[in-house]
Formats: sequence, C-alpha cells, structure tokens
Amino acid sequence: MIGHFLLVGLGGLFGAIARQRISTLLNKRTISGFPYGTLTVNLLGSLLLGFIVGSGLASTWELIVGTGFMGAFTTFSTFKIENIQMGAHQKWKMLVAYLIISYGGGIALAFLGMIVGIKNAM
Amino acid sequence: MIYLFVGVGGVIGAILRYSVGLALTGQETVFPIATLLTNLAGCFVLGWFTTYLSKRIHPFLVTGLGTGLIGSFTTFSTFSVETVTLLKAAYVGPAFLYVFLSLFGGLLLSYFGYKCGEQI
Repeated sequence: MIGHFLLVGLGGLFGAIARQRISTLLNKRTISGFPYGTLTVNLLGSLLLGFIVGSGLASTWELIVGTGFMGAFTTFSTFKIENIQMGAHQKWKMLVAYLIISYGGGIALAFLGMIVGIKNAM
Repeated sequence: MIYLFVGVGGVIGAILRYSVGLALTGQETVFPIATLLTNLAGCFVLGWFTTYLSKRIHPFLVTGLGTGLIGSFTTFSTFSVETVTLLKAAYVGPAFLYVFLSLFGGLLLSYFGYKCGEQI
C-alpha cells in the first residue's frame, strides 16, 4: 500500500518537472500570449494516457506512468486559470479557441491513443 | 533549484490526487466523481493562490505550490480518458454531464478563487 503511494509520487515528481520545462519553453511570457505549453502537455498527455489504458499495462507501471506521471504532466487547474485570465483581458476568441482545442483535441486524442493501445495490448 | 520545488510539489500533488481516488473508490457509480472533485477543488485553490498568495511568498514557492502541487493534483489526461471510457460504454448522458461540469464548473470555481484572492 505504501509502495503504491511511492510509485505515484515518483511518477508525479517527473511529470511535474517535465510539464514545468515544456511550459517555460512554450508558454509566452506576456499575459496576452497563447499558452502553447499547457495545451501541448494536455493534448500529448491525453494521447499517451489513452494508449497506456488501452494497452492494459501492469498495475505497477500504470501507477507510475499513468496515475503518477501523466496525471501530473497534464493539468486542469492551470488550464482553467489561463481561461479566466483570457476572459479578464477580454480575449474571447482566444478563450473559445483554447476551450474547443483542449476539450475536443484532448478527448479525440485519448480515443485515438486507446484504439492504438488496444491493438498493441500486452 | 526550481526543479526541486516543482518536483516535491508534483510528488505531493500526485499522491493527494491518488488518495482522493482511493477514498472514493467502492462507490457504485460509473461517474468519475474523484477526478471531478480534485479538478474543481484545484481550480478554486489555484485561482485564489494566483491572486492572493503568489504576491506574498518567494517565487520558488509560488512555482512549487502552484505549478508543482496544485498543477499535479489536478489532471487533464485522466479527464479525457474517462470521458472516452464513458462514451465507449454508451454512457453518453454521463459523458456530456462530465464534460459540462468540468468545463463550466472549472471556470466558475477558478473565477471564484480568483475573486476571493483579490478581495482579501
């Protein structure tokens, strides 16, 4: 049981650092910039988690790579605060585009990942 | 140095999210209530954190707590996969409800947190 927490924590360690790296590289520094970094981690993470779940990894790996890493690599709260900041700056078109691409893309990519994962099931 | 803060935040955030998931398993429901709750709670906390606490603590702690801990506590990939799982099981209504509550609930709670922080 304690082992499970350690596995999730280990994945979370690397997931959070990887997200921070990508966000720093891709998110524009200015408040008006589009958050490409957050979008990238969320879409990529959805695709990869779909693949992981579809391929039916052993539970140990699922905890490290799925719950830990992919869970921490992607983020919902930062995505939402970016939505609010776009609204606060009246960037409505950007906000709507960001919402559609994130939700539509995330769900579509998770589906794709799952299909590919099931075909390559272990 | 910043990686240490983000990494430790990530460990704590991921473990907390996993714990909420464990605490809520065994409930006989198809609806992914654990992810919804963590995501909505995280939205409120990060909103408040961004406007209130981030101006009062060291930048490393801001990144460690905001990006690391709260960022890892909430998750987008699990949300996407759970939505697909609901749709594949032909739970179309619950799938739409899940997306709807996440989308608008998240915006609302994020906004409340943001405003709460401004007013203190």
